[in-house]
Amino acid sequence: MATGTGTGTGTDAAPAARLLAELPPSPAVWCSGLRKRYGRRTAVDGVSLSVARGEVVGLLGPNGAGKTSVIKMLLGLVRPSAGEVLLLGRAARDPRARARVGYLPELFRYQPWLTAAEVLDLHVRLSGVAVTDADRRGSLALVGLADRAGDRVGGFSKGMQQRLGLAVALVARPELVVLDEPTSALDPLGRADVRDLLLSLKQRRVAVLLNSHLIGEVERVCDRVVVLDRGRVAASGTLAELLGRRELRLRLGGVAAAAERRLAAAGRLTRSGDAFTVELSDDAGDAGSTAVPDLVADLVGLGVRVHAVEPGRITLEERLLDILRAGNGGEQR
Amino acid sequence: MTATPTGAGAARTAGTIAALTLREAARRRVLLSLAALTVVLLALSAWGFSRIGSEFGGLTSGEARLAASTVLNLVMFGLSLIAALGTAFLAGPTLAGETESGIALAVLARPIRRSAVLLGKWLGLVAFGSGFVAVAGLAQLLVVLVTVGYWPPGPATGLALLAAQATVLLTLGVLLSTVVSPMASGVVAVGLFGATWVAGVVGSVGAALDNASLAQVGTVSRMLLPTDGLWRGAMNAFQDPTLLAQLGPEVGQSPFVSASPLTPVYLGWAALWVVLVLGLAGVVFQRRDL
Repeated sequence: MATGTGTGTGTDAAPAARLLAELPPSPAVWCSGLRKRYGRRTAVDGVSLSVARGEVVGLLGPNGAGKTSVIKMLLGLVRPSAGEVLLLGRAARDPRARARVGYLPELFRYQPWLTAAEVLDLHVRLSGVAVTDADRRGSLALVGLADRAGDRVGGFSKGMQQRLGLAVALVARPELVVLDEPTSALDPLGRADVRDLLLSLKQRRVAVLLNSHLIGEVERVCDRVVVLDRGRVAASGTLAELLGRRELRLRLGGVAAAAERRLAAAGRLTRSGDAFTVELSDDAGDAGSTAVPDLVADLVGLGVRVHAVEPGRITLEERLLDILRAGNGGEQR
Repeated sequence: MTATPTGAGAARTAGTIAALTLREAARRRVLLSLAALTVVLLALSAWGFSRIGSEFGGLTSGEARLAASTVLNLVMFGLSLIAALGTAFLAGPTLAGETESGIALAVLARPIRRSAVLLGKWLGLVAFGSGFVAVAGLAQLLVVLVTVGYWPPGPATGLALLAAQATVLLTLGVLLSTVVSPMASGVVAVGLFGATWVAGVVGSVGAALDNASLAQVGTVSRMLLPTDGLWRGAMNAFQDPTLLAQLGPEVGQSPFVSASPLTPVYLGWAALWVVLVLGLAGVVFQRRDL
């Protein structure tokens, strides 16, 4: 496929090269129309997504949604039935596309007859990137395995193997890191470590594609979220876009028809007894907006007794369930 | 530019994986159990050969040489069996086991070609198998030299052919391990090895009885899996050349005597067989979803 490599010769070469250099860097991940069939079952059905340089993107979805299949197709571990993949600007069919990619598989196992340090050495050699001894030790220290560097992996617990997997993913100075359920075997402390690690990657402008069931984790570190459901992209966008809806929960007394009309004018209204919930529009929910104080002032003016006013935000979890339920409702099975 | 395009990068990958495979063989129990089996075989054969010398005091030196030469082939067959079993059972886990357990996932996500990984595994296994044959085979020849004073006419050729036999079988093991489970690939490889040997014996009986269709069995099986043919070449290099003259044409019946050395055509076929099977394994492995 033509990816705009400079084919000009002689006098055309210089301007072409300049043009190329001025282009924005290609995305860390770009894929289009990815499809995978296993026999008659379609596991992935036309998935397109991209991860910009330095961006942290979360991949969410129920079990069997095709998240791991998508990840494996991106990394050339599974052959797509259709579709195209570019990693760091190179067609994924070319192994060199993975030179600056770190990967922690969902099924993390490392040669049990090697020591942790030897596993890192192996991956450094295979990556073809020069990494100093100090940096190798540094990546083990980063995941809390500095004092186990000389121990055989065969004696490691699941959690320690997953930590080693993180070190393996990070050791060859990647520009893109793909983490498939990176905290599945970790205790709460380990999860906090991984969160810090993700934030430090974000700071260093390393792109991350994160598949995780822990929505709180995704919500805290991801710039953008892609929701997969039954092999398709059910929703995608920045957290602000997906969670744009803010709401206002109120407990009110003496609400007359006029007051109810005023509430409905602020946004979609739901009422149960004296509890009212108003869904605010994007700008009304902003901190600088006067929509909420205005509403309260008007309600007081209309003789309403205001017991409580509580701003709230829809959580990613609620939103995810919304998306998945809407998807399942739309298609009767 | 980081990783070099194909040539140098692939060679480096293959070298790295070959070294890794050798380290695996050394660190797992394979080497230890092979060494133990070999020592037992060497000790037993040393005892047996020393008995040939003392018990049959009435034998002429020529007769003793003949006996030693025949028994040597028998013992070498045991050795080649150990080498074949060892490498076939190492070849299975190293590929199929790694894809099953997930070890291959992190490795193959590196900027490397699968074919280079497969080639590296194969090279490592060949080095391991050949190294074993060289060391254990030489030790066996020395045992025979010390106990009965027999030294075969073509020791290097014989050992090289034994190594080639191990290579053929482990190549088959590599191909099988890209399609079936680790244990099954080892079992099937060793089973086919045994079947070809039996077919070879049947064929040589047929040849001795001038039964063309029976002889055909051996020829065809030797083409399909060249282990038995190479083994016969190795035997020819180990046995006393006067043996054939003394035993006459009926010699073909014995599974531990070989009437003729290998032809270059057959050696060429064995080499081509290895290349074809390894290439097929590469194609299967390349297309496989992990």
